[in-house]
Parts: sequence; C-alpha cells; structure tokens
Amino acid sequence: MKLPRQHMPEQPPGRRATCFTEVNLGYSPELARQEALRCLECAKPTCTDTCPVGVKVKEFVQLIVAGDFMAAAAKIREDNVLPAITGRVCPQEDHCEGGCLLKKRGESLGIGYLERFVADYEQKHFDPAKIVHAPPTGKKVAIVGSGPSGLTAAGELVQKGHVVHVFEALHEIGGVLVYGIPEFRLPKQIIREQVDYMRAMGVEFETDVVVGRTITIDELFAEEGYDAIFIGTGAGAPQFMGIPGEQLNGVYSANEFLTRINLMHSYEFPRYDQPLADLRGKDVAVIGGGNTALDAIRSALRLGAGKAYVIYRRSEAEMPARAEEVKHAREEGIDFQMLTAPVEFLSNGAGWLMAARCVRMELGEPDNSGRRRPVPIPGSEFELPLSVAVMAIGTSANPIIQSTTPGLSTNKQGYIEANATTQKTARRGVFAGGDIVTGSATVILAMGAGRRAAKAIDEYLATGAW
Amino acid sequence: MFKIILAEFLAPGIKRFILQAPRIARRHKPGQFVIVRVYEEGERIPLTIERADPERDTISIVVQSVGKTTHLLNSLETGDSILDVVGPLGKPSEIAKYGTVVIMGGGVGTAMAYPTAAALKQAGNRVIAIVGARSKELVILEREMGEVSDVLLVTTDDGSYADKGFVTDKLRQLIRNGTRIDLVLAVGPIPMMKAVAEMTRPERIRTVVSLNPIMIDGTGMCGGCRVLIDGKSEFACVDGPEFDAQRVNFEVLVQRNAMYRAAEKRSLDDYQHKTAAELEPAGVCAREGGTR
Repeated sequence: MKLPRQHMPEQPPGRRATCFTEVNLGYSPELARQEALRCLECAKPTCTDTCPVGVKVKEFVQLIVAGDFMAAAAKIREDNVLPAITGRVCPQEDHCEGGCLLKKRGESLGIGYLERFVADYEQKHFDPAKIVHAPPTGKKVAIVGSGPSGLTAAGELVQKGHVVHVFEALHEIGGVLVYGIPEFRLPKQIIREQVDYMRAMGVEFETDVVVGRTITIDELFAEEGYDAIFIGTGAGAPQFMGIPGEQLNGVYSANEFLTRINLMHSYEFPRYDQPLADLRGKDVAVIGGGNTALDAIRSALRLGAGKAYVIYRRSEAEMPARAEEVKHAREEGIDFQMLTAPVEFLSNGAGWLMAARCVRMELGEPDNSGRRRPVPIPGSEFELPLSVAVMAIGTSANPIIQSTTPGLSTNKQGYIEANATTQKTARRGVFAGGDIVTGSATVILAMGAGRRAAKAIDEYLATGAW
Repeated sequence: MFKIILAEFLAPGIKRFILQAPRIARRHKPGQFVIVRVYEEGERIPLTIERADPERDTISIVVQSVGKTTHLLNSLETGDSILDVVGPLGKPSEIAKYGTVVIMGGGVGTAMAYPTAAALKQAGNRVIAIVGARSKELVILEREMGEVSDVLLVTTDDGSYADKGFVTDKLRQLIRNGTRIDLVLAVGPIPMMKAVAEMTRPERIRTVVSLNPIMIDGTGMCGGCRVLIDGKSEFACVDGPEFDAQRVNFEVLVQRNAMYRAAEKRSLDDYQHKTAAELEPAGVCAREGGTR
C-alpha cells in the first residue's frame, strides 16, 4: 500500500496575498493520522539523526497513529521545548524530512506538519497544573536573549530544577521569532502560548534589559548572584552593499522593515503608531535569497505593493530559503529576478528611491562556500523602477556584550567563540550559542545550540568543573 | 511599567519626568539615552537622559511635544506609568581633561548636553556653556548649566531674553576673540549642529555632535538609525549617538528624518482632533476584517 503525502490545507493564494493571517491552516486529526500511517518505522531512523535537537520522530509519529496526541506532544517535548514554532518555521527538507527514506520513493513523511499538529493539539488541551516541577537545585542561570536558543536553553534548564531568568532587550519575548518572522508564517499568538507554557514551567522573563548596557555580565555574576550565564543575543546589525544611493529614503534593511511590521505592527497603522512607507501600488524589491528576504517581500505584497520582486545574484538552486516559502511566494505572484544584482539606487531628486540600476549575472567557478560564484555580464545593465528596496543580504555581529565583557574571546568577524559541543566560551561560567556565535543561521540550529548549552550548564552547575 | 515619580513642565511643551528605573539609574553615563514606548500601540522613540540618581533609583528625561508620541507622553502626570523604558543606550560621552570646552545646547538639546557638561567640569575642564532657545519661555536648564560651567552664555532667537541671536553667534564671538577652544560639543536641532560644524572646520577645533535619527530597537539590530559618516553607514544607537561633526553628512540626516512626515502628521492630527471611535482602521489587512 502506498499512501500519498497528505497535503497541508492552505489559504488560497489570492486571498492570503492581501492578508497577514497564517498561510497554512494545519492538519485535522484525521489527516494527521493518515499521514502518520505513512511512516516506515525505520530500525535506524535518519530523521532523528538529522534533527539538530534529536526529536524522536518515529516514536511521536507512532503515538499519533495510536491516537494519543498528548503523549505524542510529551514525546516531542523531551527534546524540543518549542514544537509549535519548529513545526512552522524549521527547514525540514534540510533535516528530518531530508533524511526520510520515503523521500527516495517519492515524498518524505510530513514530519513538520505532524509536529505542528501535535503542538497545536497540546496547546488546546494542556493543563498547566499538571506540569511536573523538578526539585530545586538552588542554582541560578541567566539567559541573555529570548530568541530560539535562549528559550530552548531556558526550557531545558528549568526542567532540571534551576532558577532560570531570561533577559530580553525588546519589549516582547521571542527575539527573531517576534521581530523577524511575519504573522502569516508564525502567528504571534503561537509564540505567546509557547512562552506562557514556559512561564508555567517556572521560567522568569524580564523585558527592556539590554545586557551590556542596562547591566553587565560581570554584574550579573557579582551583584545578582547568577551561577551561569547563557548568551543568545542573535544576529547583529544589518549589512548593506555599499553601493551608491543606499541612504535614500525607501531603502530599508530587512531587519528594520520586518521589525516595523512584526514587532511594531506597522501594518496596522494608524491603530498602531509606528509607520512604514506606504507601499500601496508601489513597486518593491527585496535584495537577497534567504527566508528573511522572502518574509520581507511577501509582507510587502500583503501591504498592497504593486510589483514585488526578489532580486538574487545567484540562481534559484542556490537560494537558502525554505522550499515551502519559495513555493508559497511564487503562488502569491512574487516576481523572481534571479542572477541579478543592483549596482546603484537612483533618486527621484527629492531624496526618495525611484529605481535600481541592476546587472545580470552568470555563474562562474565555485567560491569559498562551494557555490558557483556569480559574475556580472558586461553590458547587461538595466533600470528597474522601484519605490522601496529592502536589503536582506545578511548581518554582522552585534558588539554590545563583547565590548563590555572582559575575557570573552571573539573571532575575526566579532562573533563570540564557543565550544561546538558544550557552547562554553573563554570565560568561566559563560556559555553562548545561536547567531551570536555562528552568524545568521536558522531557528532550529540556534535551538540545537541552546540545548547543547543547557546540558553543559547543568553539568557545570552540578560539578563546578570548567 | 516605569512609574513617574514627578512630572513637571520646564517650559511650554517641554516636560521633565523623573522615572523609577533602578537598573538604568545605576548604569547611566553622560551622553546616553533611553528608548520609550508609552503604551501598547505606541511607537518606540529615543529620548535624552538628563540625569540619573542611583541612590534614589531614578532617572530624569526631558521631552518636547512634537508628534503624537511626545504629546501623549507630555499628557502624563506624576503617578502615571510608561510601559517600556530601555537603556541606557549608546556610547557614553568621552570624558577627559581637554582644557577649555564649549558646550552648546539648542532648545531641548540642552538636556542632553547638561550631564556631559557636568562630567567635563568634574574632569577639570574649563567649561563655557552656550544655551539657546527660540524665546524666553523656552530657555531650559539655565540654572543647572550655570552650576557646571565657568562661563554661561544665553541667547534667544527673538531677543526676548538675554542676548538676541543664535548659539552660533556666541561661538563665533569666542573664536573671533581668540579664545582657546579644545573641544566643542553641540546638541540641538540639525541646522544648528551643521552650522557649528561649518564654523569650527576652518579653525580645526575638535567638534562633537549628538545625533537624533529615527530609531527603533536601539540595540544595533534594525539599522533604522543609520547615519552617513565619511560616506559610510554607521548606526547612531551603537556607534553613536556622538560623532565627529566634520564627518557627518547632515543632509542625509535631514532627509531620513523627514521620511515619515506624512504619517507623523496624520497620527498627530488624529490624536488631537479625533475620538477613539472615529479612528478608522487602515492597511490592507484591516480592510479585510482584521488579522490578529
């Protein structure tokens, strides 16, 4: 018997392209069980081996088949404290689903969709009173940053009985999950629910604290009595290309564009006060090919953009974005200008962007990243009329903690150096993980680092050995 | 929530708030600022820290009513609270013994210049303070500036108080009189800071300005506060807010600060003239019936 992969119910593209409600609607219990039945129950499940946090996929999928969805949720939670989030934003094709044997015969098991289903089911049915609290150890851990790595470390450590206090610089908990990923891909309500679950587990949260400015790492140890600190402050300042015209009004970094929309609710202006350039009927382009780029341009489309372009200097095969997002973006009518790069932004004479002068590229020899290097084609320059351009070409290290914490070592790019297995930094008692160590990566890789750090912190607190 | 211990008008439309903010009070250094969000639907804006009192766990900020957020803020009274206050942000002023320093405060910029003036005085500098405002009632912190300076010069644009003219007129006089000046710090409206930079350039006087671009997170994440310094983008929140005046592209700062003029005007008009029930939802999603 060969069952086809159960499709994820979605909002139709025409409607969703005008609205910020979530694109994917989620499996019903029936769909979930049918999909779960496709699992081959491999003796050596590669899905778990390829998962950065090691979710026991086979076991939770079998619990779905058995109809015990709460037990399935508990099984996921043994390894992943944010299942409703990873079920939505993880690039499953690079991890669990990429390793799935079913893929060799057709389509992989819908592991992400199943995880999402189980997590959403758990959210509707869980009873905070039933959460089991570990006996207190008397140890205190500070978590700096409430993004995916920090939340994961916090969730793991509180289950070991430590006091866990999370410091967040912004006014909402969630880091990039809140300011970076739009509502249509990860609703804020889902993050709030996952954070509330953590509160029920005992995690303490404090917003409006920029560690390094409001309080230093040294003070957290000396004055506030923390026994260990995890730094998960995420990626830093956005990069620009350094081409003429980047200072024009209408040229945004993706971080600013998305922060205005997601964290500050600019899409609900004037009910919310933070404004965004009026995109209605305007031509908008994003420069870059990652998830951030697609989040930005799909947001622009929802805010009424006329033409909406992705300008990427390599070809679609090299795009780092999640496969499902590329598919969704295409369905919604995003215009992909592949093998293209801007060389100058042109002004309308009053300080506003009017067009981008672009050049077409071809792929040459492989570069350091192993991908074929894009090379400009002479004489291929053209002008693309644009009112708004969003630069989504990466970030560089945020310097605040490194510059205020003696004894931390950093690499040439300014990222914090940490052991790949334990996430230990050069400073005793201080661990670090996520984008502040690796540079821009994914939610699940940051969660993997948070989980490794939690394990090492727990050992350090028990033994005192560094 | 950050409680307002005391709210008092310093001048028409300019209010000082003393806030309960123990962590910020302990860490504040001259030259730094906070970002506030007044209420749930509010925007984030950067504001000057006028001084900090670590023993009382308080900081004070000085706010001039300009747009909706500052009008709303200035409607708050003693005992009210502000939803979010985060800081102290930005690099502190570089405090050293320079010799003779001229501290220039234009309008509400005086509040930002004041703590740096005090610290420079404490560090053994001779401090010449120049405080200016449009008219008599808008002169703020005159007494405080007097206490931390060796010489205090005051100007009003309309001559309704002290000497008629601009703060730059006083600087020009000092230069013409051959006063030795080792450092100028200018904080105020962009045209004033630009004029100061142009005046000190031929004299090769080291000049620092504190920039006030549009800012959102204030932690070096979003890049919204980028300013053009020697032709390169820098971020006022982590690389500033103080910059060498001769390296700043003031035209780009003016242009970028004007980016949301229309939206800002609309917000202020709605705030001043419409009741909550009259406010219409806007934006594509709102038209579709809401999304949250």
